Amino acid sequence: MTLFRLPACILLLIITLGNPVSAAEQSGHAPADPLNSPQWGVMHSRFLNGETYVFDDKVKVLAPDSAEDSLNVPITFDASALQGVEKIVVMADLNPIPGVLEFRPKTIPARLSFRMKLQQGSPVRAAAKTADGVWHVGGAWVDAAGGGCTLPSTGTATGDWSSTLGKVSANVWQRPDNNRLRVRVMHPMDTGLASGIPTFHIEDMNILDESGALLAEMTLHEPISENPMLSLDVGKHTGFRLEGHDNNGNRIDAEVVE
Amino acid sequence: MRKIPLTPRPPLPQGERGSKKDNLLAPLPLRERGWGEGYKQALLALLLLIHGAAIADTFGYPLEPQQIAPDTYVLEGKTEDFSRKNGGYIVNTGYIITADGVVVIDSGPSKRFGEQQRTLIEKATGKPVIRLYLTHHHPDHFLGNQAYGEIPRYALPASKQAMQLEGEAFTANMYRMTGDWMRGTSITLPDKEAKAGTETVGGHQLETIALSGHTPGDLALFDHTTGILFAGDLVFNNRAATTPHANIAAWLTALEKLQSLPLKMIVPGHGKVAQDKAPIEQTRDYLQWLSATLKQGAANGLDMNEVMQTPIPERFKAVALAHSELQRSVSHLYPALETDSLKPAKQAE
Ligand SMILES: [Zn+2]
Repeated sequence: MTLFRLPACILLLIITLGNPVSAAEQSGHAPADPLNSPQWGVMHSRFLNGETYVFDDKVKVLAPDSAEDSLNVPITFDASALQGVEKIVVMADLNPIPGVLEFRPKTIPARLSFRMKLQQGSPVRAAAKTADGVWHVGGAWVDAAGGGCTLPSTGTATGDWSSTLGKVSANVWQRPDNNRLRVRVMHPMDTGLASGIPTFHIEDMNILDESGALLAEMTLHEPISENPMLSLDVGKHTGFRLEGHDNNGNRIDAEVVE
Repeated sequence: MRKIPLTPRPPLPQGERGSKKDNLLAPLPLRERGWGEGYKQALLALLLLIHGAAIADTFGYPLEPQQIAPDTYVLEGKTEDFSRKNGGYIVNTGYIITADGVVVIDSGPSKRFGEQQRTLIEKATGKPVIRLYLTHHHPDHFLGNQAYGEIPRYALPASKQAMQLEGEAFTANMYRMTGDWMRGTSITLPDKEAKAGTETVGGHQLETIALSGHTPGDLALFDHTTGILFAGDLVFNNRAATTPHANIAAWLTALEKLQSLPLKMIVPGHGKVAQDKAPIEQTRDYLQWLSATLKQGAANGLDMNEVMQTPIPERFKAVALAHSELQRSVSHLYPALETDSLKPAKQAE
């Protein structure tokens, strides 16, 4: 495992050449992208601000080998093996909108499950920034081919999404180490890329305990699937408050008890 | 990296924007809340272009009739996923030679397949095909229908309806996954309604059994004369069952019905022909395990990826593609179960 910091001049060169991996490799310091993506250099500069990073097995990304339903690809990241994680950024190199979400755990483990839309086969990465300022990057390659007999889910094409907008369903499971919180928020999560349907998605969501203490913050982007379904490990907590907004200013505010 | 030729060669007929043809090209509803239909069309067009340039082959399917009774044959496909290598020949089709002509069960994954299958059958038997049965609406079982344009094509009403609804999108999927093997393939629907009951065809007592579970319409054809059951995809043999349209409870009921038949041999939809009921038992065992795994996962608050990691039990080790089919089945069946595991939260006013 080698630490690597891109000098600004090389970064500029990389962006100009549009061929980051080979340019970086020529510099002799770049850790090879385990997922071998031509976009990694761009991801690094755009989402990690070109800061020091390391590819690290301690950041696990779970995903099916192949996305059966490309509009609902389950992704789990787990950076709980690292100490002092301040935030985790999730990105998919080859997606039309590569930024997926940001998770900032305060007092709960750095682990989250969610679903995303994947336009084509792509690396899906989670980069965890630790207190020392270093990004630890894990990832998985997800193929979007599907099985042939499955069609992508069609979403709320005809539905009455407006009557359920922002409604939350949830449940809490008591477990020996960490209780499990699962939350679903009803929201179309429109990407803005389908013709005639403007961007409409949840932007931020906070999870608090019963006393109002912040457990984790999240920033969601367009690739998060319709009606976001989240699974979190939440320590010994059993009661929660969920607060958030979408980009049109609609509020999400709900209480979850076991 | 290989350069992609960008010759504007439309792979499918183009319609006016907003015309009916254009809608057919977009396999998803226009108001789909995803990336938008434009992406999918562009991707499909691109893949077709790449493929057209890359493959020069004869596209001959390795069809080897396997005799399972004096007048009954099976063309056994591989127990694999769809690929450019197998051209979609991952499915079993069969035929029964009767005194009046040949009865064919399923037409395969493509126009090319249907044509080659029919040519082989008529050459080998010296008799015309008189009837085609379609076991269900999955693309590998009926996309060869074009080769049987003037032949009566029997299917259950639910199958026909689903072929009509999903056939175009299936065809696009199959192009994407198998490439030029699909050339010229388009949807030819069944034109006869298969009705439950027994009928004598050229000396063979053929029973149409109308079931569901693998899909909303699953036709099993039982030949009382030979004791051979063409089970369609209600039965898999050493190949994990697929569930994109499954209702497992209905499927288990269907298997009970098949179990009760006085049969001598089973032709499963996928996997080897069997002389006993073991494939019915294996399919039942697998589906019960799958169903229990999914239900327990939802009841324990697991997310999809966690359920997908479930180890495959030792007794299914010989079952091809069990791990990847488990992953797919979680995608198909888990969302409904996890929805049931949640309760409405208290919304703030
Ligand atoms: Zn099938």
